[in-house]
Amino acid sequence: MSDTMSTKRLSSLAAILRHAVLLLTGALILLPFVWMISLSIKPPGEIFRASFSFWPSQFYGVENYTKALTEAPLPRYMINGLIVCSLILVLQILVCAPCAYALAKLRFPGRDLLFVMVLVGLLLPHQVLALPLFVFGYQLGILNTYTALIFPYVVSPFGIFLFRQFFKTIHDDVVHAARLDGLSELAIVWRILVPMALPAVIAFSIFSVVGHWNDLFWPLIAVRDQSLMPPPLGIMVFKNEEAGNDFGPLMAASTLIVLPLVIAFLTAQKWFVEGMTGGAVKQ
Amino acid sequence: MASVLIDSIQKNYGVTSVLRGVSLSIADGEFLTLLGPSGCGKSTLLRILAGLEVQDAGSVTIGERVVDGLRPKRRDVAMVFQSYALYPHMTVASNIALPLRMRKLSAVRRLPLLGRLLPGTTQVAGEIDEEVTRTAKSLGIGHLLVRKPGQLSGGQRQRVAVGRAMVRNPAIFLMDEPLSNLDAKLRVQMRAEIKELHQGLGVTFVYVTHDQAEAMTLSDRVAVMIDGELLQVAPPQDIYADPDDRRVAEFIGSPKINMLDGVVRERGLIDVAGATLTIETDARPGAALTLGIRPEAFHLADHGGQGSLTGSVRMIEHMGSDLFVHLDLAGIDHPLIVRLLAERAPYITPGQTLHVGVRPDRVLLFARDGRRLRRDAESDWTSVTPFREVAR
Repeated sequence: MSDTMSTKRLSSLAAILRHAVLLLTGALILLPFVWMISLSIKPPGEIFRASFSFWPSQFYGVENYTKALTEAPLPRYMINGLIVCSLILVLQILVCAPCAYALAKLRFPGRDLLFVMVLVGLLLPHQVLALPLFVFGYQLGILNTYTALIFPYVVSPFGIFLFRQFFKTIHDDVVHAARLDGLSELAIVWRILVPMALPAVIAFSIFSVVGHWNDLFWPLIAVRDQSLMPPPLGIMVFKNEEAGNDFGPLMAASTLIVLPLVIAFLTAQKWFVEGMTGGAVKQ
Repeated sequence: MASVLIDSIQKNYGVTSVLRGVSLSIADGEFLTLLGPSGCGKSTLLRILAGLEVQDAGSVTIGERVVDGLRPKRRDVAMVFQSYALYPHMTVASNIALPLRMRKLSAVRRLPLLGRLLPGTTQVAGEIDEEVTRTAKSLGIGHLLVRKPGQLSGGQRQRVAVGRAMVRNPAIFLMDEPLSNLDAKLRVQMRAEIKELHQGLGVTFVYVTHDQAEAMTLSDRVAVMIDGELLQVAPPQDIYADPDDRRVAEFIGSPKINMLDGVVRERGLIDVAGATLTIETDARPGAALTLGIRPEAFHLADHGGQGSLTGSVRMIEHMGSDLFVHLDLAGIDHPLIVRLLAERAPYITPGQTLHVGVRPDRVLLFARDGRRLRRDAESDWTSVTPFREVAR
């Protein structure tokens, strides 16, 4: 009896400690975001005030957000981001899934060498390739177009690696059965393996969309035209040209840009977590 | 419906030779089992039949067609896998329907929305649905059509896999250890159902297993395969009672056949384990042989002497109706296993000295290289090496 009592007390103590640590880490991660939102609803005078408060004494949100939406072509940036990210994602999956299938399930000479090359690609930071890609893009004459923003990312070593590892876990018999059932190799990829690898596809999609929505480095090199700029680059230009030290509208614009990702993740969260664990255990 | 002709198939993985010139002819409508220990190449042979692996040499003929180089779907074979290999994201109905959809509907008609608009699609789709429902009902899974494989038990999944294979009326059924993942009770039940399925469909079945009970109960003929070679192809009773090779005799039968080394003393007499047995032999005196004696070929003898073996009881295993007695014989390191009727049990105790006789016609003679020595095959007898040469 006393044993269970002490275990209970101990476990509740541990739970308090656990939650304290989690809350603290969560707060640390959230703080910049909260600060961003707080700044986005403050008037200019209040932003640089010495005293600290999250809530403004004078609500200036409407003005800041109006300014963000009107003075910079923010909707245009967001549409650009949507076009670029979705095209990149679709093309990446179109390229990566068949590649991963070949590396995971087909036997051909040179396969292991190809896989090593994928791993090397995985190790290279994208910045290293920026200059060659820029020159290449220039020679193709595609700089300052959507194509320039998309083409370096169409082949994703990470995607190939992730899908290949997932396909490896699928029993060869499933592929054999599909061949006997009359499916072509591509049909096996799209109708059998990709649906079975849905958790991996979702995880990859999140990485890809977040990564390219937030990407600043390559767009900075590849496009100059404001009408082609994805959100972060637009914000940077907006900061330089329009806002100056006007942080209120800048933070409002930043908030608006992060918002779609947050909403998308929160709505997909339940499904995403289910997807990640659903196929993990053999039923 | 088709016969199968397998001609000198060879398959290597790197330097390992998995199949070394396997030839086999399977009659139309026959139930043939490939039986062998794991790693003997039986599954590889089945995959070569299905077209999932390509042989390094040799050819496969199904019906009248040489199918080498034909893709699996063109071979008119269906396969049931050990792992069931169902598509987990599809319902049972879609799983069973897929092979039919791939065959009866063109690529355009299979498109999700557009296909439905084309004239005739709905009718074919309706036929497929009917076919699926009929197949599922015949297998007793008609009520499971809307479920996904993850929601089914092992036996139900196996039925779905069989349904997917039979729905398109293949010429040949290939089964790769389909019962290995089931529990013992279900295995016996499914075994009977597969037998019924074969009798009902009347098509050729090629069944791979390492379980001799499955092979013996299901097959018209059993092909015993060890180390990439077919050692014997014969009806189950012949495989058991009349094996061609020592390895076949040792693989089939539980408990294992007793193997005793002996030397021919003179015509009709063989010295073995300190005793002399009267066995009709034509071998030259001095020839070294191995005697294979099934546990049930022994009977209790009242006293020792010529024609019986004497040993002390090491252990007794009660099996219900039968009794396995382990006997230590002088000069032999492994015990002799003798199968007796259980009613003898009270009279046998460990440590006791026991005399067992053996029926001469139940003794199988093997040359030291493993070949079976038959009395009617004169050439075998004369080629037996004398004991002295072997010893050297």
